[in-house]
Amino acid sequence: MRMALTLGGALAGLALAAAVLSAVWTPYDAGQMAIADKLRPPSAAHWFGTDHFGRDILSMAMLGAQTSMAVALVAVVIGMGLGVPLGLLAAARRGTWVDEIVMRGNDLVFAFPSLVIAILITAVRGPSALNAMIAIGIFNIPVFARVTRGAALPVWVLDYIRAARVSGKGAGLISLQHVLPNIAGLLIVQATIQFSLGILAEAGLSYVGLGAQPPTPSWGRMLAEAQTMVTLAPHVAVIPGLCILLTVLGLNLLGDGLRDALDPRLRVPR
Amino acid sequence: MIRLEGLSAVLGGQPVLDQVSLDLAPGSITGLVGESGSGKSMTALAIMGLLPPGTRATGRVMLDRRNLLDLPEPEMCRIRGRRIGMIFQEPMTALNPLMPIGDQVAEALRLHGGLDRTAALALARERLDRVGLPAPRFPLTLYPHELSGGQRQRVAIAMAIALRPGLLIADEPTTALDVTTQARILDLLKTLAREDGMALLLITHDLAVVAGMADRVAVMQGGRIVESGPAEAVFRQRRHPYTRQLIAASGYRPARNPRPVPPPLLEVREAVRDYRLPQGGLRALDRVSLTVGRGESVGLVGESGCGKSTLARVILGLDPLQAGQIRLDGQDVTAGRRMPRSLRARMQVVFQDPFGSFDPRWRVERLLAEPFHLTGRPPDWRDRVGAALEEVGLQPTDARRFIHEFSGGQRQRLAIARALIIRPALIVLDEAVSALDVRVRAQVLDLLARLQADHGLSYLFISHDLSVVRGMADRVLVMQAGRIVEEGPPEQVIGAPRHPQTQALVAAMPVIPAEWV
Repeated sequence: MRMALTLGGALAGLALAAAVLSAVWTPYDAGQMAIADKLRPPSAAHWFGTDHFGRDILSMAMLGAQTSMAVALVAVVIGMGLGVPLGLLAAARRGTWVDEIVMRGNDLVFAFPSLVIAILITAVRGPSALNAMIAIGIFNIPVFARVTRGAALPVWVLDYIRAARVSGKGAGLISLQHVLPNIAGLLIVQATIQFSLGILAEAGLSYVGLGAQPPTPSWGRMLAEAQTMVTLAPHVAVIPGLCILLTVLGLNLLGDGLRDALDPRLRVPR
Repeated sequence: MIRLEGLSAVLGGQPVLDQVSLDLAPGSITGLVGESGSGKSMTALAIMGLLPPGTRATGRVMLDRRNLLDLPEPEMCRIRGRRIGMIFQEPMTALNPLMPIGDQVAEALRLHGGLDRTAALALARERLDRVGLPAPRFPLTLYPHELSGGQRQRVAIAMAIALRPGLLIADEPTTALDVTTQARILDLLKTLAREDGMALLLITHDLAVVAGMADRVAVMQGGRIVESGPAEAVFRQRRHPYTRQLIAASGYRPARNPRPVPPPLLEVREAVRDYRLPQGGLRALDRVSLTVGRGESVGLVGESGCGKSTLARVILGLDPLQAGQIRLDGQDVTAGRRMPRSLRARMQVVFQDPFGSFDPRWRVERLLAEPFHLTGRPPDWRDRVGAALEEVGLQPTDARRFIHEFSGGQRQRLAIARALIIRPALIVLDEAVSALDVRVRAQVLDLLARLQADHGLSYLFISHDLSVVRGMADRVLVMQAGRIVEEGPPEQVIGAPRHPQTQALVAAMPVIPAEWV
């Protein structure tokens, strides 16, 4: 359990560090082509080698981390920002028509295949990293709404909520002061999981050309561009693939570790 | 015959059991009495070989000339259930909610008895009949949620006695139940011990419970048995001061000076509250009328499901009424936002569960100051919190601590402090002392009586137990199925109950026989 937390934290931390560092420094200019140096295997000069335009793969992977993390982060913020208040509202008005509308609206969004909707959004608004953020973010909303409502319902029947109502507090204030802090651990864990799913989704959208557009580097597009040359220079495809794999693995381990550490049901009984 | 000889246990460097010796003879009932943390549950767990990990036990637990403490785990697994059965306090969590009761009882028979499913179910049927869940009304296919708390405890007992163990350990088996249900469960346990020749170890915090039941009584304090012997001798002689304290605390009544005829503060007129349920409507309150005078305490007694908690909620303006009227100080009480804050501020509440009553993430000062939401937080609110803490016998420095740092009794004091802080006229006490040990309960009752005298508070004291209400109430109302069926001063209601429900409640009160006191 500690192991998962440590390993997950290290992997996710590495990806995050690469993304942050790429904002101020990369070994080479990731956009600079050098056809003479194309498809070089990893070496001292180019740790991860070069691609078919002779660009430095390490620099591109670092910038790709930035793109992935930015898209996934904004998508999680959109999902939490709308999903958590909706879930709190549904829990506060449980059993009423408000609850029905919120939860059936959730079902509606859940019912659509997410990739199809993402394609629809990008088809209407044009492919870009921003539209990928919005598309992925929309699918995070019902996830957070459901988790929030499910976690909030058992809190609402506790005596300290009744005591707060006797103290004249309304549903909004109670949700904010009592319910939200007591389910925060669960939401943090869910955010980690959605973050890793967001990275996967961004890679998928970029892979089919609906995410970040050139020249912005992206792991998904690096993978797509490398696939024709996979027999010629396997490292060009393997490295962005490993980046996705290790980051998602790290975030999942981190999520599991956090859940074990934060979930009140797994804590020592009072 | 199981014999404990010099049983000691150490957990994390702290001694939890100290030289405990007990004889548990077939057909006899031994009452093990003490407060939370006295080591009585630890004794039970030691006999079962279920002590928490890291506990070092020494001494001997002898069964058939074998020391159970020395047996390896696989051997203990065969002894648990087959030779020693155990039931716990909480019947709600003791059963698997997804398994029919017949299968749950049969499981032990199949596991230990090596019976096939048909034979095991036939025997399970017999055991359920034995514990008072007869065949036509209680088929084996029922699920736990279709049963009441008392009936679930009966299923738990059927599971524990399925293999006819020589010893049944009952750890606070009735603390979570109504008094009337408690009386029936205790009766059942007594019958099982006497007729089946089973030894029964009855663990409880209330001496009155064992008074009518046990052959022998052992009183535990701080991991040691401080006094033991035949029940009557222990009650009559009371050699140890702790025994004397426990006896005094059981059925304790604080000193109070009731006022003659107080002017009314709370008036409930013909209140009706209906619930819509999938299987039809339920009338939780059926034209209930009552008054609570200024400075008066009114006790409201009834079994669970009689509507007393619903009544508390509508009085507090948390639930709406379908018909009737509630007036506090001449102003209408209504649910929701229409009720003015100044009116809400005249009522506060103390709940039963000292653990669920407080947000675990808040500090005490913030918790206690929460009712200021109604009145606006005064500039000197920290001093007011400090004063309220002192008033309930805690330290002003406790304000910076978190709720998990307090014991159950201290938490109930904090709940009272929270209710007091805005100086309400009426406090609704919903089973406020039911979850407390007898001695702590006596202290809290004293505190409530003093606060009432100091501030002229009115109490609506809700409980399922007449003996709790008796000491605190000027008037007692008995409720059944949403109606108030009897009303009068406590001496009259308890001494000469007229309604069958009241008679049942009086008969169920655990009392120490008058000639022993």
